[in-house]
Amino acid sequence: MNAVTVHNLVKTYSSKKEKVTAMQDVSFTVKQGELFGLIGPDGAGKTSLFRILTTLLLADSGTASVDGFDVVKQYQDIRNRVGYMPGKFSLYQDMTVEENLEFFASIFNTSIEANYDLVKDIYVQIAPFKNRRAGKLSGGMKQKLALCCALIHKPSVLFLDEPTTGVDAVSRKEFWEMLKGLKQQGITILVSTPYMDEAAMCDRVALMQLGKIMSIDTPPNIISRFGEKLWAVRSANMYRLLTDLKKYSNTESCNSFGEYHHLVLKNDDTDAVLRYLGEQNHTAVELKPAQPNIEDCFMQLMNNN
Amino acid sequence: MKETVIKAERLTKKFGDFTATNQISFEVEKGEIFGFLGANGAGKTTAMRMLCGLSIPSSGNATVAGYDVYKQTELIKQNIGYMSQKFSLYEDLTVKENIRFYAGIYGMGSAEIKTKMNALLQQLQMTAEENSLVGSLPLGWKQKLAFSVAILHEPKIVFLDEPTGGVDPVTRREFWNLIYEAAEKGITVFVTTHYMDEAEYCNRISIMVDGKIEALDTPHNLKTIFHASSMDEVFLQLARGAKRTAD
Amino acid sequence: MKQFIIFVKKEFRHIFRDRKSLLIIIMMPIVQIILFGFALTNEIKNSNIAVLDNAKDEASRAIIQRLDASRYFNVTRYLHASQDIEAAFKSGTVRLVVVFQPDFRESLMHSGKAQVQLIADASDPNTATTVTNYAGNIISDYQKEMSPQVQPPYSIRPEIRMLYNPQLKGAYNFVPGVMAMILILISAMMTSVAIVREKEINTMEVLLVSPLKPLLFILSKAIPYVFLSLVNVSTILLVSVTLLEVPINGSLLLLMGESFLFILTSVSLGLMISNLTKTQQEAQMFSLMTLMLPTLLLGGFMFPIESMPLPLQIISNIVPSKWFFLIVKDVMIKGLGFSAVWKESLVLVGMTLFLLAVSFKKFKTRLA
Repeated sequence: MNAVTVHNLVKTYSSKKEKVTAMQDVSFTVKQGELFGLIGPDGAGKTSLFRILTTLLLADSGTASVDGFDVVKQYQDIRNRVGYMPGKFSLYQDMTVEENLEFFASIFNTSIEANYDLVKDIYVQIAPFKNRRAGKLSGGMKQKLALCCALIHKPSVLFLDEPTTGVDAVSRKEFWEMLKGLKQQGITILVSTPYMDEAAMCDRVALMQLGKIMSIDTPPNIISRFGEKLWAVRSANMYRLLTDLKKYSNTESCNSFGEYHHLVLKNDDTDAVLRYLGEQNHTAVELKPAQPNIEDCFMQLMNNN
Repeated sequence: MKETVIKAERLTKKFGDFTATNQISFEVEKGEIFGFLGANGAGKTTAMRMLCGLSIPSSGNATVAGYDVYKQTELIKQNIGYMSQKFSLYEDLTVKENIRFYAGIYGMGSAEIKTKMNALLQQLQMTAEENSLVGSLPLGWKQKLAFSVAILHEPKIVFLDEPTGGVDPVTRREFWNLIYEAAEKGITVFVTTHYMDEAEYCNRISIMVDGKIEALDTPHNLKTIFHASSMDEVFLQLARGAKRTAD
Repeated sequence: MKQFIIFVKKEFRHIFRDRKSLLIIIMMPIVQIILFGFALTNEIKNSNIAVLDNAKDEASRAIIQRLDASRYFNVTRYLHASQDIEAAFKSGTVRLVVVFQPDFRESLMHSGKAQVQLIADASDPNTATTVTNYAGNIISDYQKEMSPQVQPPYSIRPEIRMLYNPQLKGAYNFVPGVMAMILILISAMMTSVAIVREKEINTMEVLLVSPLKPLLFILSKAIPYVFLSLVNVSTILLVSVTLLEVPINGSLLLLMGESFLFILTSVSLGLMISNLTKTQQEAQMFSLMTLMLPTLLLGGFMFPIESMPLPLQIISNIVPSKWFFLIVKDVMIKGLGFSAVWKESLVLVGMTLFLLAVSFKKFKTRLA
């Protein structure tokens, strides 16, 4: 059975001036026990989708179910069994770590002790600060506590809306390791993120942009569909290199990627590129084949749409 | 020919018995893109506030654009620009109104504002949106606009606090192109980010751990020193040793 | 049940950990009562008055004596000619001049018509009205005693309209008034703010996506403020009785019971407001505009409802504070029992049930 089924969902918000489409005809399924990622920037429609699946919003059209329950008709059943961590979720800042956890356990009619096994690995990391107020925790610690609160009632499906936004690289890495651990325990996890590099941690991902799913598959499959030869280029002056390559007639696309620029050529005549860069007085030029990553694919898909 | 625009010497800020920023020293040159990295709670925000003249240091010295962070905070504010992910523009004002408001704060005349506004709107290709409310624009546009507004009065230094969080990959690169252009014009860029690929775009990077600067060099040198293949690895090696758990 | 207890405990934690707000909630009633009390009661006591007695007979002297003996007035000057009147006012110490016609007693006894002129300094109209009222009352009291058989005793009644004056018996009016105001502020505004805060910090989303029942949520939010409001009722009554010497003439139990009813009305108003607003600031503004102002303007204790234009009089009926004000006046000041206030109580019960029904129906189990 699928843990989540989404069929032709459409959601629009109308303001005074205009109609904003948050989701246009979104369909996908998530298998039980899967770690599924929704990857996309702000405004892609991730939050709207999560709110529909957690029964907080009604879609304009289309259907969806979670754990076999319809999000509209059987919303009470869904609320009894899913865990949800909204974006910018801030807990109760004036309550301690322990008080927060105890509170969220009780509203799900359970106790910390009853499901301690599930949160143990995460909770031990914050346990030394259990008498500290949530408002005094660092970003990474807050995320861990929020995850504990969403898990404490042993949900069958866990929805995490941008849990790593604004969190430093170390905490992000730790957070994803925790998710992997939860997956081992059989919990289906849907997680959204604007960080493309996090896609690699998921079983399958949906790349979203402006309310549409551009691609949906395992990360390796998405990368294999990139379909073009990618080159990594660098020189002593990276910014001038970028503008020069963008002007170059044989360039299909060129984007900066850390210490290299990623270049796709119309024909793979790399000698001509090196000659051109020499003419433009670039020094220390290096050009080598590169492996595309999810972000390359995302930008390619954005340009194609 | 090198001109130092930010100079910090053993700059320290204490809150009670908690040392948020512990004796940090560094220099930033004119036109440099300086990446200021660190885990949440490492003391970046506190350091940035002192440099912007918003917070008086507990000890140590610093000058920003040649002005002292203890006594000349008003002059510092005249000579810097600032933008962050959280605070950028007024969502309930139009694009034009926002530009005019910020230009007005820095005492520009109306003729100057008009010329600069038109140039800015053209550069960002936002002329068609000039009368739209900022709240109705996509995040990436907002951030590009906010950056352009922050450097409208041609400050010597611009401070950017996580400017690209949540922005799509294409717009994120366009944003960095704006940063490069500003740097070419001689504006010094002081930037914090959680995207490690963006760290590579900086001329030099400092990494803060528990209130101290633990590493400061070019991305290339840092990777060599730490025997790492990417900035991500360098950062993880340093930040994993952090003791601090609270902001 | 455990769910409920933990939720209420959490609400109390929010309140007790926000020391500043807690201090305001506890101190506001005391400060208001004391401010109102001293600002209003000192005013009319021992006002200086002057007398121009052109009669100098038995009757005029008796009236002057009575005026001087009352706790409202001190006769500080005896004038000799009407030219002195203005000078007396200009000296700034005299609030009222009483002028008796020559042959005052003769005229009263024989023609049945005698004149007393009351001249007040109307630069402060409120005080002027009050002092002329007091003086007028004293004069008519005297006359009633002189001629009890004459009905009606209009012959020397001064030409003064008996305007309703909120300051005539200040403390008796404003203690019920401040009670109404404080209770509606604490119960309604604080409840609405407490609920809307959950929306603001996004915890509302998590609470909605949980098995928690709306009824439980609403009850847990309301209970701490009902409790705090009862504390406030007690402090207000205590301060009134001890500091302002306003007695509780009726049953204390009935008074507390009626206050409890009014608190429930206010809490249900707060629930309504929380349904209509999204931010704490909005909830506060909304509460001030829809609760504070009507309570002040149409509650009946600042401005008399009887002298308002008809449309405002009709509108005042939907202001819960008006009914509570009437109840407290009857029970606390007049010492009446439940039989005198059952109608007003029924109105409040009706309002509460209506508001609760609407709030539950409108309570959003989803966002937007």
